[in-house]
Amino acid sequence: MTELFVAVLVRDLRLASRRRIDALLPLVFFIVALSLFPLGVGPEAQTLRQIAPGIVWVCALLASMLSVNQLFAGDLADGSLEQMLLAPQPAVALAAAKSVVHWLLTGLPLILVTPLVGVLFDLSAPALGALVFGLVLGTPVLSLLGALGAALTLGLRSGGMLLILIVLPLATPALIFGAGAVGTVEAGLSASGHFSLLGALLIATAIGAPWATAAALRISTE
Amino acid sequence: MTPPPAGRSAVLETVDLAGQRGERALFEHLALALEPGTVTWLRGRNGRGKTSLLRVLAGLATPMAGEVLVHGQPQRRADPSWRTDLVYIGHQNALKDDLNSSEALAFLMQLGSVKPEPAQIDAALERLGVLHCRRALVRTLSQGQRRRVALARLALSLDKPLWLLDEPFDALDVDGIHALNALLAEHAARGGATLLTSHQALSLAEPVPRIFDLDRHGHA
Repeated sequence: MTELFVAVLVRDLRLASRRRIDALLPLVFFIVALSLFPLGVGPEAQTLRQIAPGIVWVCALLASMLSVNQLFAGDLADGSLEQMLLAPQPAVALAAAKSVVHWLLTGLPLILVTPLVGVLFDLSAPALGALVFGLVLGTPVLSLLGALGAALTLGLRSGGMLLILIVLPLATPALIFGAGAVGTVEAGLSASGHFSLLGALLIATAIGAPWATAAALRISTE
Repeated sequence: MTPPPAGRSAVLETVDLAGQRGERALFEHLALALEPGTVTWLRGRNGRGKTSLLRVLAGLATPMAGEVLVHGQPQRRADPSWRTDLVYIGHQNALKDDLNSSEALAFLMQLGSVKPEPAQIDAALERLGVLHCRRALVRTLSQGQRRRVALARLALSLDKPLWLLDEPFDALDVDGIHALNALLAEHAARGGATLLTSHQALSLAEPVPRIFDLDRHGHA
């Protein structure tokens, strides 16, 4: 099972390194979208601090969705997906590898640039820490759910719109708990409850989503 | 793999197999057996379900009825590791544009749990006459060269008992057809079984291809 996982992971990272513009698109979208808010809302620091968590999470969610519909589409078009499904290992390894690749190329870069957002939105150090930790727990959930949505809508006309309609409601809890954790810290309270819920969400998604994605891939390629 | 003894059981056989595309039945009551050391030419008019049948046999699609037996075991209940015995090459070459030929071929082999050495990759590409393309990105290759790179998998999979090939001769020139015929003959000599589709007449001399005509067998 690890052979398929590693083979897909290495190949997709190699492909991303050769298509850097495409790979950087979610990160660029995230930064540009976030930097527009202080310009639109105004420079009032208190207002920016209040809206920052929600805005960061919404932008992270939308940035994740930007690239997720291409997760399997290219492999379906050139026949690679069939070959991967014919590997002697379970297809869940393929689904897990694709989710990890998506997180490495989308979620991780967003987390790494989020400290800059603290400067942009005048966040305190504890609030910024809570925001980053929430994203560490929450962005893998977005990638896992995104992979599931991409597999369910694979090969469908208007699949991109359907993908958004499937994934956004499922991702809403992560957004609520992630943004809520920052608000709780700013109010001087412990955010451990929010983080526990995000952690539970991550565990449940990590256990269930790859199996569902693998099943959806088999159905979509029938 | 050694040449098969006489009377050895089929690598793959179908029992009362039926398949469909959408709501339309393509074939039914299909009985096909692929014996070791044989090449079978799957024929039929356009739209008769040749590709659909290959996909069912490979386990990519579910049959409408009946069963596929692999080494006598039902495919669906058999250990998924049976696919280590299978090479399936479809219409599409399954090569990524941004990989070079060597990388693309190595990846396809890794999917089958085989990790070839670079020298083996080079030898396989040479056998199909595309060694000079080994560092070239797939996007820069012609259709015929892409097909040859995809077929180079066969040179690395001669010990796999079952080959399912969908229009493998497509886009090949005369030299490419000779190279593929040589691989088919060597695979059969080692006891492998091949099922392939082709719209052009086969020029394979040894073994003489068996013909399975979907227009006559399993007509839905």
